[in-house]
Amino acid sequence: MRKMLAAVSRVLSGASQKPASRVLVASRNFANDATFEIKKCDLHRLEEGPPVTTVLTREDGLKYYRMMQTVRRMELKADQLYKQKIIRGFCHLCDGQEACCVGLEAGINPTDHLITAYRAHGFTFTRGLSVREILAELTGRKGGCAKGKGGSMHMYAKNFYGGNGIVGAQVPLGAGIALACKYNGKDEVCLTLYGDGAANQGQIFEAYNMAALWKLPCIFICENNRYGMGTSVERAAASTDYYKRGDFIPGLRVDGMDILCVREATRFAAAYCRSGKGPILMELQTYRYHGHSMSDPGVSYRTREEIQEVRSKSDPIMLLKDRMVNSNLASVEELKEIDVEVRKDLTLCCL
Amino acid sequence: MAAVSGLVRRPLRQVSGLLKRRFHRTAPAALQVTVRDAINQGMDEELERDEKVFLLGEEVAQYDGAYKVSRGLWKKYGDKRIIDTPISEMGFAGIAVGAAMAGLRPICEFMTFNFSMQAIDQVINSAAKTYYMSGVAAQHSQCFAAWYGHCPGLKVVSPWNSEDAKGLIKSAIRDNNPVVVLENELMYGVPFEFPPEAQSKDFLVPIGKAKIERQGTHITVVSHSRPVGHCLEAAAVLSKEGVECEVINMRTIRPMDMETIEASVMKTNHLVTVEGGWPQFGVGAEICARIMEGPAFNFLDAPAVRVTGADVPMPYAKILEDNSIPQVKDIIFAIKKTLNI
Repeated sequence: MRKMLAAVSRVLSGASQKPASRVLVASRNFANDATFEIKKCDLHRLEEGPPVTTVLTREDGLKYYRMMQTVRRMELKADQLYKQKIIRGFCHLCDGQEACCVGLEAGINPTDHLITAYRAHGFTFTRGLSVREILAELTGRKGGCAKGKGGSMHMYAKNFYGGNGIVGAQVPLGAGIALACKYNGKDEVCLTLYGDGAANQGQIFEAYNMAALWKLPCIFICENNRYGMGTSVERAAASTDYYKRGDFIPGLRVDGMDILCVREATRFAAAYCRSGKGPILMELQTYRYHGHSMSDPGVSYRTREEIQEVRSKSDPIMLLKDRMVNSNLASVEELKEIDVEVRKDLTLCCL
Repeated sequence: MAAVSGLVRRPLRQVSGLLKRRFHRTAPAALQVTVRDAINQGMDEELERDEKVFLLGEEVAQYDGAYKVSRGLWKKYGDKRIIDTPISEMGFAGIAVGAAMAGLRPICEFMTFNFSMQAIDQVINSAAKTYYMSGVAAQHSQCFAAWYGHCPGLKVVSPWNSEDAKGLIKSAIRDNNPVVVLENELMYGVPFEFPPEAQSKDFLVPIGKAKIERQGTHITVVSHSRPVGHCLEAAAVLSKEGVECEVINMRTIRPMDMETIEASVMKTNHLVTVEGGWPQFGVGAEICARIMEGPAFNFLDAPAVRVTGADVPMPYAKILEDNSIPQVKDIIFAIKKTLNI
């Protein structure tokens, strides 16, 4: 990955300057867009997969960066607030998995639908709610998106159906939303997410069967972060090829730490569903830095070294940043500015 | 149709009609409709009225329904509106809830309510907490009124006769909340007189309102579903002995119409509840508890008595099954015990 990036950046960046002041940053010439190679997806019952290169515009890049950074800081703020006992009850954080929520959103339309389980704060944001509404909900305030009555696992937005506490139950719900999409005939699709732990629930296979039978426009997405609570995938599943578990449903395995890979795969999957071919399955290989929830330190079933390695080699925000800087889509300073702005906005939210 | 029943209901006018040289007609029998046909009519009317309504469940389409309740609907509305599902209760209950969350109005049929236990998570956890509508099922041996009635977020209705069946399912379909409709499959083939108002496409039985099937002064007998018929039979027998029972058909389990029950108890001073379900934590237990908490308690001249199904899993042999559910003699016994006669 690093070698590829280096090669790409050599080709594209040309003369990379390092301006000394902000004024220079504003007036500096950035590239409008850049082409990147992305990892080829493993395919199941598919002749072709998503493209292996993609074009990222400067505008999109900055947008994705800001969104991922916002989700990251929001989750870390939630961690802080939880430790101060300002947030209570259940709290499942998704830092490390930002490329999934931001990448999925980048591949669909706002009129499409999405449902997930309890690790839902990132999706609540990408589906359109503000950080303020989310944090207000987490802290039980009436300015929260569910007026403080729902808490972490029960946040809803337009075309976003939560936030579901019962593991796996959201998958038949998602198939039902897809049924409504087909029924209404508006070419909308439903993204139905579940984790590697939930993937062993029987009702998911019932949903696969009916979705395939009735050709529902449902994209089943397994967000595989390697651990179902404290149980690693090897200890829970006879087959960890989650993208193949749909059997008669075609599937693809996607690098969930690379937002561009996620975006392209999502575009591919959405096009597949919209063409009326029926459901498709995506496995996003990703990782969570936090434990299962705030009551889990997350180190009794995995090593700190493993967490550290992912952070240093595969962090989704870092990967995007490196790509953008090395291809002259943005400068380090500009991205640092975004970091500062995001932190500032968050602080203002919490006042 | 309306003219015919008009003749039946107004005999005086019929006489004056004869005097005016109208056609001489013998009074036809009042319109009789079975519970099965009433439900079928109700669903048909709602499917026609609102495009968002659809029916899914096992054998509802090409088989015309396991109990023939959905007969003719697939032929009329096709694959899109009447959907045969595989044997996947949890899956298709979830799909029904999801479709409702996305704005459609599904009628989710469980072949028997025992099968709905596989899906109880979707009904209680997904449906009850989300704002939508769901519905229909056939109750087999076991009465699920107490199970679903326990759960906030659900409405639960329990029809007895054809009028109830049609009016309640139509109300359930039009209600934006999840509604569990406890049909009793032993009632499907039973014909009842169908009053003219019930024949209208806009006929609705309101959810949350009980009906006094028979006025009385000596004792209040509260029941729901099939046992209502048994209560009326018991009341007829007792009437010959000079005991006049007031029989209340609950129609709705949740939200329960306590006002009607309380007003009746305050009039008669005696209460017997009758249900097909098991005694512990049942509908009768709830009614008794609420009577104690309310104004009617002070009007009771004797403790309230519950008549329930036997506290056993439903046995197979017919004689055992018959003796596991309240019979007319059990109801009469309880009434006499309460009245101390």
